[in-house]
Amino acid sequence: MNIKELGYKDTKFVSGHRACAGCGFPQIVRTILNSTDKRVVVANATGCLEVVSTIYPFSSWKVPYMHSVFGNASSTISGIESAYKVLKKKNKIKNDIKFLAIMGDGGCSDIGLQSLSGALERGHECVYVQYANGAYQNTGVQRSSETPLLSNTTTTPVGKVHRGKEEMKKDIVKIVAAHNIPYIAQASMAFPEDLSEKAKKAFETKGPSFINVIQPCVPGWKIDTSINIKLSRLAVETGAWPLFEIENGKFKLNYVPEKLKPVKEYLKLQGRFKHLNNKEIERIQKIVNKEWEYLKKGDFWGAREY
Amino acid sequence: MYKDGEEMKTIIKALTGNGAAAYAMKQINPDVVAAYPITPSTQIMEDFSMYHANGLVDSDLIRVESEHSAMSACVGASAAGARVMTATSSQGLGYMFEVLPVVSGLRLPIVVNIVNRSLSAPLNIHCDHGDSMSARDLGWIQIYAEDAQEVYINNLLAIRLAEKVKLPIMLMQDGFITSHCVIGVDVLDDATVKKFVGNYNPEKTLLKDDITIGTLALTDYYFEFRLQQIKAMNEAKKEFIKIDNELNKIIKHSTGYFEEYKLKDAKAAIVVMSSTAGAVKEVINDLRSKGKKVGLLKLRLFRPFPYEEIKKALKGKKVIVMDRSISLGANCPLYSEIKNSGVSNIHSIIFGLGGKNIYDEDIKDIFERALKNKLKEIEYIGVRE
Repeated sequence: MNIKELGYKDTKFVSGHRACAGCGFPQIVRTILNSTDKRVVVANATGCLEVVSTIYPFSSWKVPYMHSVFGNASSTISGIESAYKVLKKKNKIKNDIKFLAIMGDGGCSDIGLQSLSGALERGHECVYVQYANGAYQNTGVQRSSETPLLSNTTTTPVGKVHRGKEEMKKDIVKIVAAHNIPYIAQASMAFPEDLSEKAKKAFETKGPSFINVIQPCVPGWKIDTSINIKLSRLAVETGAWPLFEIENGKFKLNYVPEKLKPVKEYLKLQGRFKHLNNKEIERIQKIVNKEWEYLKKGDFWGAREY
Repeated sequence: MYKDGEEMKTIIKALTGNGAAAYAMKQINPDVVAAYPITPSTQIMEDFSMYHANGLVDSDLIRVESEHSAMSACVGASAAGARVMTATSSQGLGYMFEVLPVVSGLRLPIVVNIVNRSLSAPLNIHCDHGDSMSARDLGWIQIYAEDAQEVYINNLLAIRLAEKVKLPIMLMQDGFITSHCVIGVDVLDDATVKKFVGNYNPEKTLLKDDITIGTLALTDYYFEFRLQQIKAMNEAKKEFIKIDNELNKIIKHSTGYFEEYKLKDAKAAIVVMSSTAGAVKEVINDLRSKGKKVGLLKLRLFRPFPYEEIKKALKGKKVIVMDRSISLGANCPLYSEIKNSGVSNIHSIIFGLGGKNIYDEDIKDIFERALKNKLKEIEYIGVRE
């Protein structure tokens, strides 16, 4: 779907929510929901998206929506999908319905990982989306396993001895891919048509599908409210967040620039990296380069630089 | 529904407590069952899986990777408009804990069979009520069964009650003692059960309505949500009796919040739940034959708690409350509630933790010492100091 068509569609996630100025997930949610004409039921993990959009007695969701607890969006959606299968067989439900579980990286890669893994293994026909803002942003920027190397967070603060998060981020996409599900993609809101196309494919997939979308967080990344899309683009252009998809096990890079921009351009706009010295930036650049080399060769499972 | 005087169409089946729960589930034929195995409740899911494998139920069976996901899948399915059941024990209930108040808070009528087992540590697979008692304040109705027959009855009752008052229900039976002991269970034919439980048609569901479920309600609304639950619990107390009586018309059983066994003229009465009531009845028969006026109040409904009715039934008696669980640092759960109902002449007996046996002789001794005013206020039975 092109950007114009997307823009003209009735939105299924409406304004009035309390997301921060400059937050990207309202666009991400709208784009994904508008990429199918089928009815979509949403399960959402506890997190920013949930707390800003469902403050009783209001709701930003014009589609059926459910929140239960932090770590169970995937098992909740599997229950909903199972109910659908049975009730459809019993002719109590007539129309076709699609299912979306949307989670932050805490709800997906950390506390929700077991629930996600179980749901993927059981093969429920659902779309699982991680909006990766790279920390527990809702509770005030604590590190998650998806927090990138050397990030300054409130639980990995930069001090005299420690320099932010000292571990590499967890590679959730590889974990998901190890479940051998039919469709996996990584996307960015700076490429809306790409994201929409991926969401469309995901909704049409027979079986589980997974999309990992980058979501620059204004207070968490300590960024200007105006640069969400700019950062989402730079992440791709520097190779820090490559756009790719894995369809039935076949890996494909969706965006290959002639030359990657230096990762410094992406890092320098973010307060969470402002403490980095040249040596540290070089270290990150090396990691990005190495991963990109593998991905360019089509080697998704390739080793990683440490 | 049967007319008065008409013969009931029940047959006797040899079933364990677990088997009775699974058989009831087969007849209820829920839309979705999501479960994870744990001793001693595992057989419920094994039996049900066999019914499923043989096409005897229409249910979608979700073999989840944990109890947390079991209850979460139940929540999703129930909100989607499905009739949902599951089973668990002990640590499994513990692992579900986070989701349990969500179920009651969202007013989802999920029915879970809990086969009582002690909580770790130390690790122990045998019966006490520590698991379900730790979940007693989470907004779930709790019904305790004496034997496999009551397990069967309670399952049928629970589906109707849960859906009527929009509250979830925990159905308890004693691990191994009830769950693994085969007895003859009167069961109804499938058609009668189908008619009794009826169709589940919730007002709003995720699959049909554009609703938001599981909102954030802060200081301005949270308390109001809770008040609704309090009202529903009060309603549940009334509906329990109505539905229980209706069920009694198709399958005879001991109805009401509690069973009174030779209680009316008893001087000393034991209050106990679940399988131990059977042993107490035996002892009562024995002591009665020797002219001793002893009786039993076997509680079925623990949440909501029938304070007034219990106070009335125990008026003027020496009351011995036997708890199979403890509340460390406080009075035991059952004892504490009976005391709260206004019963004054009362003793607390703690027994059977971790499946420790209690014998007829122990119960006899308790009664005899109670009649001679030689029972201490709080006693532990069958434990080495």
